[in-house]
Amino acid sequence: MSPHTKHRLLLLLPFTIFLVLAAYFAIGLTGDPSKLPSNMINKPVPEFALPGLDGGPGLASTDLKGQVRLVNIFASWCAPCRVEHPLLVRLAREEGITIHGIAYKDKPVDSQAFLDSLGNPYTSVGSDRDGRVGINFGVYGVPETYVIDKEGRIRYRHVGPLMAYDMDEVILPMLRELAK
Amino acid sequence: MKRFFCSLKRRSAIGLTTLALASLLSAPAFAVMPDEKLSDPVMEARARDISKELRCLVCQNQSIDDSNADLARDLRVLVRERLVAGDSDQQVLAYVTDRYGDFVLLRPPVKSYTIALWAGPFVVLLLAGLGTAFYLRRRRHEVETTTLPELTAEEETRLQALLDDLGTDKGQRGPSA
Amino acid sequence: MIPEIGHYALVLALLLAIIQGTLPLAGAARRNTAWMEAGRVAAFGQLALVFIAFFALMWAYVVSDFSVLNVVQNSHSQKPMLYKVAGVWGNHEGSMLLWVMMLGLFGAAVAGFGRNIPPTLKARVLGVQGLIGVGFLLFILATSNPFIRVLPAPPDGNDLNPLLQDPGLAFHPPFLYLGYVGFSVAFSFAVGALIEGRVDPAWGRWVRPWTLVAWASLTLGIAMGSWWAYYELGWGGWWYWDPVENASLMPWLAGTALLHSAIVVEKRDALKTWTILLAILTFSLSLMGTFLVRSGVLTSVHAFAVDPKRGVAILALLGLATGGGLLLFAMRAHVLKVGGLFAPVSREGALVLNNLLLSVSTAVVLIGTLMPLVLDAFGHKISVGAPYFNFITPFLAIPLVLAMALGPFLPWKRADLAGVLGRLWVVALFTLAAVMVALWLQGVRPVMALVGIGLAAWAFIGAFWEVADRVRLFRIPLGESLTRAGGLPRGAWGTALAHAGMGIAIAGMIGTSFWLTEDVRVMAPGAKATIAGYELTLEKVEQGRGPNFTTEMGYFTVRTLNGDMVGTLTPERRWYPVARMPTTEAAIHTTFFADLYAVLGEPSADGRGWVVRLYHHPLVPWIWIGSLVMVAGGLLSLSDRRLRVGVPQRRTASLPTAIQPAE
Repeated sequence: MSPHTKHRLLLLLPFTIFLVLAAYFAIGLTGDPSKLPSNMINKPVPEFALPGLDGGPGLASTDLKGQVRLVNIFASWCAPCRVEHPLLVRLAREEGITIHGIAYKDKPVDSQAFLDSLGNPYTSVGSDRDGRVGINFGVYGVPETYVIDKEGRIRYRHVGPLMAYDMDEVILPMLRELAK
Repeated sequence: MKRFFCSLKRRSAIGLTTLALASLLSAPAFAVMPDEKLSDPVMEARARDISKELRCLVCQNQSIDDSNADLARDLRVLVRERLVAGDSDQQVLAYVTDRYGDFVLLRPPVKSYTIALWAGPFVVLLLAGLGTAFYLRRRRHEVETTTLPELTAEEETRLQALLDDLGTDKGQRGPSA
Repeated sequence: MIPEIGHYALVLALLLAIIQGTLPLAGAARRNTAWMEAGRVAAFGQLALVFIAFFALMWAYVVSDFSVLNVVQNSHSQKPMLYKVAGVWGNHEGSMLLWVMMLGLFGAAVAGFGRNIPPTLKARVLGVQGLIGVGFLLFILATSNPFIRVLPAPPDGNDLNPLLQDPGLAFHPPFLYLGYVGFSVAFSFAVGALIEGRVDPAWGRWVRPWTLVAWASLTLGIAMGSWWAYYELGWGGWWYWDPVENASLMPWLAGTALLHSAIVVEKRDALKTWTILLAILTFSLSLMGTFLVRSGVLTSVHAFAVDPKRGVAILALLGLATGGGLLLFAMRAHVLKVGGLFAPVSREGALVLNNLLLSVSTAVVLIGTLMPLVLDAFGHKISVGAPYFNFITPFLAIPLVLAMALGPFLPWKRADLAGVLGRLWVVALFTLAAVMVALWLQGVRPVMALVGIGLAAWAFIGAFWEVADRVRLFRIPLGESLTRAGGLPRGAWGTALAHAGMGIAIAGMIGTSFWLTEDVRVMAPGAKATIAGYELTLEKVEQGRGPNFTTEMGYFTVRTLNGDMVGTLTPERRWYPVARMPTTEAAIHTTFFADLYAVLGEPSADGRGWVVRLYHHPLVPWIWIGSLVMVAGGLLSLSDRRLRVGVPQRRTASLPTAIQPAE
C-alpha cells in the first residue's frame, strides 16, 4: 500500500467511526432505555418470612415451591396498583392462577382496606413494612410482578401495572410453559 | 407515589436541556436525613462514599447519596446496616449488586464487556500520542532537510530577522502586527 | 392571528433557506455572481422571518394566549413576566425555534461582516449555513411546531416547571445555543474550504472570530447552568456528569481545541487538515448533544417529552450534516497542501499537544457517555457516572494544565525548552507557595487537593508571568514595561486572561470538591448549629406567598464563633400549586473565598423542628468567577481580531506563507 493510499484511508477513518456510532444511535432509538433487567432472573426467591395482614396467613419463601405462581408486589398508596388490580382479581378467579401478594411499605390496615374494596386475588399476603424483602427481590417500585417456577426460582419480572396485553402475550403463555 | 413522580417529571419535560437537570427528577429535597446518620463518624464517612457509588435506580443518573427517592433512602439505610453488621465496603457493594445487578454501580466493574470503557481512554491516548509523535517527527525531519539549503543569503538574513523578532521581542510588536 | 403569522414566517423562512442552500453553492461552482449574491439576501431575509416567528411565539407567551398549545403546556397567567418570556425557550418546540433564530443570526452575520472573504468561499459558507437551516426548519415544521392551536382554549396554563423559574436558568439556554449554533459557522467554513480545496492562513483568521464567539457563549452558558444547579438544586453540586451535561462539555472541549488549532493555521499555515476535521467535529458534537437530549436514547434526568419521530428526524439531520461533512472530508482533504514546518518543541508543538489532550478528553467523555448505549445493544446494562469520570479526568487534565502555562512561552517554529523552563522558575516558586498555603490551611490530605491547587496556581501565575515576561517586567524600567504592556495585542491579553480564568476555576472546583464541610440536623426555632467557624441560629420560620407559589422561610442569624454578627440567611421551601411541585431556595452567604450555604428542608417527623442542611463550600465562587474571566479573555481576543479586519488578505499577498509573522 502506497503512503498515498494509506493517507487517503486515514482520512476515511472519522467517517467510518461516525457510521458505527450512527448505527448504535439508530439501534438505541428502537429500544427503551428505561427498561431494566432484573438480576434475580433464574435465581431462587430470596429467603424471607413476612407476617400477614389482619391476622391472616403470612408469606414465606418456603411457601413458594412446588407450583408455578405469581408474586405481586403492591401497595395501597400506589395508583398504578389500583389500575392493575381488577386484572389480578380476574386472573385468580377465572384462570385459577395462584397469586401471592407482598404489601410493600404499607400499613397492614391500609393494605387490608385496599383489598376489601377492590377484591383479594391473593392466596396469601405478606406485609413488607420496611421494604427490605422488596429490596431482596430487587424491586424498583410498585407494582412489580414476578413469575415463580416449581423450584421456587424467579423466571420473569414485570415492572409497572400489568395490562391485558402483558398477561395474554407474555405471562400466561409462560405460566403454561412452566407448568408442563 | 414514585410512579406518580416519574410521570410528573415526564410531563414537566424540560426543553431546556443541558445542565445539571439531573436532579430534577426527584424534586429538590435531599439525600441523607438526620435520622439516617450513623453515630460513628468513620463509618458514616464510609457509608457516604459507598452511597456515591450506587445509582438511585428510580431516578437515573443520580447516586443514592444525592436522591430523596424512597428506594434511595432504603438503600442508604441498608448500606449503613450492612456496615454496622461488619461488612467491608466491597461486601456492601456486592450485597446490592446481587440484587440489582451491575447496573446499580456508577463505576462499572472491569469485565470482558467493559474493557472498552476502562481501557478505551488509555488506548485512544496512546494511539493519538503515537500519531502525534509520528506527525511531529515528520515535521522536524522536513524542517531539517528542506528549509535551510534552499534559502539564498538574502532570504536567510530576512528569515533570521523575522525569527529574532518572533522569538525574543514579541512584546514590542504593536497591535498592527 | 399572530401565531399564524409566526407559522407562515417559518414556512417562508424554509423557502428562503432552500434558496440560500442551493443558489450560492451552484453560483460558486459556475462563477455566477448574481447567484452567489442571492445567498446574502436570503440570509438576511431568513433572519427577519425567523425573528418574526420567534417574536410571534414570545407574544403568545407574554399575553398568555392559551389557544396555543405550547403556551398552555408551559406557561400560566400568574407567572412573572421574566419567566413568561423565558418560557418561550423552556420547552422543546420553543428551544428549537431559538436554535433556528441563532442560526439565522449567524448566517446574517456572515453575510454582513465577511466583506473580505473571497466571494466563492463566502457563497459556499452561506450555502452550507442555508442547508443546515433547511434541516432545522423542516424539523420544526414537521415534528415540533410551536404554533399548534388548541380548541377550545383552556382557561389557564400548566405553568413552567418551577425549578426553571429562575433568572440563572432563564438565560442559560440562549447562551448555550449561541455556542452550539455558533460552531455551525466553523463547520460551514470547513465544508466551504473543502469544496474550494484550499485552506490558507486567511481561512484561519476568518474562522477564529466565529469560533471565539461560539466558545465564549458556550463557556458562559455552561457556567450559568452549573451555577444554577449549585444554588437551586439544594446541595451545592455544580457538575454531575449527567449525559446532558456531557453533551454540552464535548463541543466545549472540541471547540477549545479548534480555537487553538486555528491559531496554528492562521499564524503558521500548518495543521490545516486537522483543523478542518476539528471544525466539522465540533459542530457535529453540538448536533449529537441535541440528538442525545431530545431523542430519549439515553436515560437522562431530563425526561424530555420523548417522541420517537423526533429522534429519527434529528438522527437524520445528524447523519446528513456530520456524515456529509466527514465524507466530504474523506474525499477532499488530500487536496489541502501541507503547510508550515516546525520543530516538536515550539509554540506549534505545544498547541499540537493541547489539541491531542483536548481531543482525547472529548473522546473519553464520548466513550463514557455512549458506552451504556453501545453495551445496551449487546444486552448489557451498565451505568457510567461521576466515579468513572472523576477517576479518568486527572490523567488528561493534569498534563493539559501543565502544558497550558508553558505553551505561550514557547516561540514559534523552534524553541529552547531548557531556556523556557528556566524562565518559569518564578511561576514554580509561586505555585509552591500556593501549595504551602493550602497545606497549612487544610492539611496534607487529600493529596489530590494539593495537586489540584498546585495546578490552579501554575495556570494562573503562568498566564500572568507570560505577560510580565513579554513586557520584561522588572528587567527594564517599569514605565517602559507599561508602555510595552499597552502595546501588546489584545489577543495576547485575551490568552492570558482565559488561561488565568481556567486556573481560577480549577481552584474553585478543587476547593469545593475536597474541602466541603456539611451538616444535616433537625433545628427548632432558637436552636444553634456550628459549621466551619460559624454559628447559625434559627430565629424563626415564617409562611409567605409569592406571585405563583407559597413559601416557608427560615431566618438564620450567622455569627462567628466569637459572637460577631456576620449576617442573616433566609432559605425557603416553596410550593408551586399549579405545577404541583416543591422547590427549595438555598440561602448563600459568600465571602469570595467560600460560601456558607443553608437549606431549609421538611418539618421533622416530630413536628417540632425542620430538617436543615448546612454546607461550607471553600473557593466555590471561583468556579464562576474563573468562567467569567475566561469569557472575558475570549471577548478581548475577539475585539483584537475585529480591529484587524482586512489585514490578512494584504498580508498573505505580500509575504510567503511559510514565514507568517506572529505577535
